[in-house]
Amino acid sequence: MSDPVTTDEPKVRIRELYKIFGDMPQEVLAHVCQGMTKAELLDLHSHVLGLRDINLDIPARKLQVIMGLSGSGKSTLIRHLNRLIEPTSGEIWIDGEDVLAMNDKALRDLRRFKMSMVFQKFGLLPHRTVQENVEYGLTIQGITDGEAAARASRWIDRVGLSGFERHYPGQLSGGMQQRVGLARALATDAEILLMDEAFSALDPLIRTDMQTILLELQEELHKTIIFITHDLDEALRIGERIAILRDGEIIQASDPQDILMNPADGYITDFIKDVNRAKVVRMRTIMGPGGPAAGAPVDAAETIEQALPKLHAAPDGLCPVMRDGRQVGTAGLDAAIRALRPPAASSAQYS
Amino acid sequence: MLDFLTEFPSLGRRDLSALRQGIDESFRTFSRAYGEQLEAFFNPLLKFLVWFQDLLTDAPWPLVILVIALLTWLGARSWKITTGTVLAFLAIGILDMWEDTMATLAMISVATVLCIAIGIPLGILMARWDRAQSVITPILDVMQTIPSFVYLIPVVMLLGIGKVPGLLAVCIYALPPIVRLTNLGIRLVDREVMEAAEAFGASYRQKLFGVQIPLALPNIFAGVNQTIMMALSMVVIASMIGVQGLGVPVLRAISNQYLALGLMNGLAIVALAIIFDRVSQTYGKRLQSYRETGRE
Repeated sequence: MSDPVTTDEPKVRIRELYKIFGDMPQEVLAHVCQGMTKAELLDLHSHVLGLRDINLDIPARKLQVIMGLSGSGKSTLIRHLNRLIEPTSGEIWIDGEDVLAMNDKALRDLRRFKMSMVFQKFGLLPHRTVQENVEYGLTIQGITDGEAAARASRWIDRVGLSGFERHYPGQLSGGMQQRVGLARALATDAEILLMDEAFSALDPLIRTDMQTILLELQEELHKTIIFITHDLDEALRIGERIAILRDGEIIQASDPQDILMNPADGYITDFIKDVNRAKVVRMRTIMGPGGPAAGAPVDAAETIEQALPKLHAAPDGLCPVMRDGRQVGTAGLDAAIRALRPPAASSAQYS
Repeated sequence: MLDFLTEFPSLGRRDLSALRQGIDESFRTFSRAYGEQLEAFFNPLLKFLVWFQDLLTDAPWPLVILVIALLTWLGARSWKITTGTVLAFLAIGILDMWEDTMATLAMISVATVLCIAIGIPLGILMARWDRAQSVITPILDVMQTIPSFVYLIPVVMLLGIGKVPGLLAVCIYALPPIVRLTNLGIRLVDREVMEAAEAFGASYRQKLFGVQIPLALPNIFAGVNQTIMMALSMVVIASMIGVQGLGVPVLRAISNQYLALGLMNGLAIVALAIIFDRVSQTYGKRLQSYRETGRE
């Protein structure tokens, strides 16, 4: 599935990861490896298949989305990365270090310094103020009170909660509580941020707000973010890479544009059929080879919706597609219109 | 043949009395061998109890009332409760129950501190290991249900009559709620919050003292409250084995049918109970003010 000969060592590398819930997971693992389905495993052996043969490389400083419906195993998967859940078999490497070989102390240090986590239901400490909550990870790292307070204040300000330092979580709205959760996770300066359905419990408008905040922060911080969601629009909006999980298996892991244009199977095709493609498909995806074009230049990252007026106004129907000031191709109205049509439920392919 | 069905085939009288004598004898041997050591072990506790009781009885009564009023205020922050407490103690003094009340107060305070010191760690242990829970729970059940007279026998055989055996009897009866509620409180802490602490790399101690105990405090406080109430209800029984205090006149009133005497001392116990209960409850509530919303 993934190419083992990469020049860039991925930040997180997951290999042949299996998770089976039940009393004797090791005993039934062989059946699963031989291809027993989730339903058969439950019927015949009363064990629940959590994850099957997960292989995933997560590049550094990118936002990787793991998407799936409830029960697909996405929350289970993210908890393997910091070993809140122990796998039945497989390997997890972070920065070339074998996470499963870590002893208690090494694992604690991994959780303290290298990874932090944001939770769906926030997981804030109700008996501590906003300030104390954001300081929490720092206190655990053993940072002195003064420095922890200063760093926490900075992050509280950064997520727009200045003035609420002395409030308790119970006094804040959901969106504000999750900002506290985000500030708490960012304050530790961990390189990897795990976000477990972080925005799923929020109202749609607040959710969009939080996505914007996250994208702004990421532009500046370049953390390795692993973001779990069941919401495809959210995945397409923020994900630089998306892995789609079903019944504990990854069925497609790719660039969002690629998933939209080349869905791996009927399941994903069904999944993406209601997406507003005009807002998601970008010029770089639909552009053809470079050449003369009479229209106004469009940026490679522009969506169809953004570029549509220029494409429409182009006298010869073609606009030059620019990246960093250089022309990298041409895009036309025809290609845009073709890209708006979702792939048919069969295995229709666009190239 | 039918005899077998109507009459339970019990051990013969001789076997049974041999069995009882055997148990009694071995316990006597044990108490002869270790009684003094046990007494020496509990001696610091006795000294402290005597010192505390003397302190309360010897100090000028206005000072004692002042200190109690101050503690009540610090605990409850309520004028109503503080005034009620002062009035109750004045009434107790006027009705000539001051010394007995002080003795009971000393006893209950020491018993409560002892129960907290033993009970909370036990509860923490139970919350951490299911094994500990499955061992300790039946012991607590026995402690709570066995008639107190039954365990008075071995306690008196071991330590004789006096303050320490009385204190032990009170503690045996009053310990279970604090253990149970500490265990329950810790187990009820929100799993999400615990997972968050775990994900940030908190050690066991950091989780225990930073998250579990603070969040279990309402339950732990309910346990302390229950422990105090149960200790107070043991006052009369403890006085049967030589504990001074409000139980002694009650016992005298029972055997002589002195209605007024029994009622007055009984009401003094009730007054102590209400004061302890209100103060510890309001204090417990104040500790969790974060649960209220809209507070600055």
